[in-house]
Amino acid sequence: MIEFLFLFFAAIAVGAAVNVLAQKHVLYSALSLILMLTAMSALFVLLEAEFLAVINVIVYAGAIMVLFVFVIMLLNLPRDENGDRLRWLKFVGIPMGVFFLLLIGRTLWTAAGGEPAQPRITGSAAVIGSSLFTDYVLPFELTSLLILIALIGAVVFAKKDL
Amino acid sequence: MIAYFASPEFAVLLAKMIIILGGVLGALAYTSLVERRVIAFVQMRPGPNRVGPFGLLQPIADGLKFLFKEQTVPANANILLYYLAPIAAMIPALLSFSVIPFGPDLIIADLDVSLLFIFAVTSLGVYGIVLGGWSSNSKYPLMGAMRSSAQMLSYELSLTLSVVGVLMIANTVSLSQIVTSQQGYWFGVVPRWNIFVQPIAFLVYLISGIAETNRLPFDLAESEQELVAGWHTEYSGMKFAMFMLAEYANMVTVSALATILFFGGWSGPVFGPQWLQMALPTAWFLLKIAAFMLLYIVLRATVPRFRYDQLMRFGWKFLLPASLANILFTSFLAALS
Amino acid sequence: MIPLNWYLLLGASLFLIGVIGFFVKHNIIALLLSVEIMLSAVNLTFVAFSSQRGEISGQVFVFFVLVVAAAEAAVGLALVIAIFRNRESLNVDRSNLLRW
Repeated sequence: MIEFLFLFFAAIAVGAAVNVLAQKHVLYSALSLILMLTAMSALFVLLEAEFLAVINVIVYAGAIMVLFVFVIMLLNLPRDENGDRLRWLKFVGIPMGVFFLLLIGRTLWTAAGGEPAQPRITGSAAVIGSSLFTDYVLPFELTSLLILIALIGAVVFAKKDL
Repeated sequence: MIAYFASPEFAVLLAKMIIILGGVLGALAYTSLVERRVIAFVQMRPGPNRVGPFGLLQPIADGLKFLFKEQTVPANANILLYYLAPIAAMIPALLSFSVIPFGPDLIIADLDVSLLFIFAVTSLGVYGIVLGGWSSNSKYPLMGAMRSSAQMLSYELSLTLSVVGVLMIANTVSLSQIVTSQQGYWFGVVPRWNIFVQPIAFLVYLISGIAETNRLPFDLAESEQELVAGWHTEYSGMKFAMFMLAEYANMVTVSALATILFFGGWSGPVFGPQWLQMALPTAWFLLKIAAFMLLYIVLRATVPRFRYDQLMRFGWKFLLPASLANILFTSFLAALS
Repeated sequence: MIPLNWYLLLGASLFLIGVIGFFVKHNIIALLLSVEIMLSAVNLTFVAFSSQRGEISGQVFVFFVLVVAAAEAAVGLALVIAIFRNRESLNVDRSNLLRW
C-alpha cells in the first residue's frame, strides 16, 4: 500500500517537474510547479514529517508561488518568443543529463542505506520546535534578519522611483 | 491492501464521510436560502417564499436553474484555466471539512496538525480566484481578482497569528485535542472556553476570517457598485454555482474554526438517554456554527463596505500588530504561571 | 517500508530536471522556477535522511531552506520586474550588456 502511494506521488512529482520545462507559457509552468509542491508534501507525509508537509504547502505553494503567479499575470507576457539560445542545446543537454542520472543512480541504488534508526521520530510541531529553539536558535534569529533584508530589497527594486 | 477496503473500519469511515459531506453540502445549499430570507427580513420585505412552504424548495429550484443555463465562454478566454478555476476554488473549500471534529468521534481524519492543515488548504484557495479572474480576459474580473487575492494574502497573516495564543494555551495543534482541552468548568458554572482568556484574539480572528472569505464589510473585490461582480463576472451556470458554494463553504469553515478555537467546539451540557447523549455534542456544535453564520448574514445586511486602501491599511497596520501584541502578552503570562 | 535509496533516486532525478531547466530555458521566470525545483529536491533528500537516521536536524534544515527560498524568490521577482520595466523583454539573452 505504501509503495503504491510512493510511486503515485513520485510519478506526479516527476511528471509535473517535466511539465514545468515543457510548457511554452510560463504561467502553465508555475501551475505545474504548484502541483509538484503538493506531491512533495504528500511524500513528506509518507516520511512522517507532517509538520514540514503542511509548512511546505502554506509557505511554498501558498505564498511564494502566489507571488510568482502575480508577477506573471501583472507583466502580461505573450507566448514565449523563440530566443537566441542555441537550438541544439536541448538535444544535447537532455541525453547528457539522463546519462549523468544513470551514473549517479547506479551509485545511489547500490549504496547500503543501513537499517532505519530506532526509535522512529515523528516530525511533529513539538519536536521541531524544541530543536529549533534550543540547538538552532542562532540560525533561527539570523533568518529573521535575512527576511527583513529581503523585504527591504524587494520593495526597493520594484519601486518605480526611489 | 484490498483487505482494508473490506474491513469494518473502512465501512465506518465511509459512513462518516457520507454523513459529514452530505450534511455539509445540504447545509450549504440551504444557507443561500437563509441568507436571502434574513437579508429580506432586515430590509422589511418577505424574501423568497413562493417555492414550497416558506420557500424551502428554493435552493432546489436554483440548482435546476444553474444546471440548465447556457454555458457562455468569453472571447479569447483561456479555456483550460477558465474551466479549472471553479474546481480550484471548490476543492480547498470542501477539503477543510475532513479534519473538523463534528463530535467526539465524528471526524473523518484526526490529524496531529489539523489546524495547520486547514490553514494550508485555505491558502490554496487563493488560486481559484486568481485563475478565474485572469482567465476571463476582461478588465473587471482581473481587477477584482487582483484586489481579492491581495486582500486574502494580507489577512491570512493576522488570521494565522491570532490563533497562536490559543495554541499556547492548549499546547497542541490538533483540533480535536483543542476541543477536549476546553472541557470542564471554572468555579463549577463558567465553561472553560478560550473566549474568556483570549478575547482580543477572538476579535482579530473573526475580523480576519470575514476578510478572508470576501464578505461584507470587506467585499470590495466583488461589489456590485464597483466591479459588476468581481472575479466571477464572466461565469454563468454551474461554474458560478461552484464559486458560490465555495464561498459559503469557506464561511462555514471560518465559523467552525471560531467555535472550535474559542467556544469549546462540541462541548456543552449532555443529558438524557443514550441516543440523545450521542447526538447532543454535534447538535451543540451545529448550533454554535449557525450563530456565527447568522452573524455573517446580519453583517452583510447592515454594514457598509471598506474602501480598498482603508481595508489594506486596517489589515497591515492594525490587525497584524494587534495579533503580535496578543502573542507577546499571552507568552509572557504563560511563562509566568 | 520504503527503502532509502528510492527517495534518494527521486531527489536526484528532480534535481537533474531542475538543472536541465536552468540551462535550457531562456525566460528569467522559468529559470527561477527551475531553481525552486532544485531546492525542493534537496528538501526531499534532507527529510529522507532525517527519517532514516532518526534525527530531527534534517527537518530543521529544511525549514531554513524554505526561508531562504522565500527570500530569494521575493528579491528575484522584484529584479525581474525592474528588468522588464527597462528592456520590455524577459529573454535572458537580451540582458547580456556586460558580456565580453
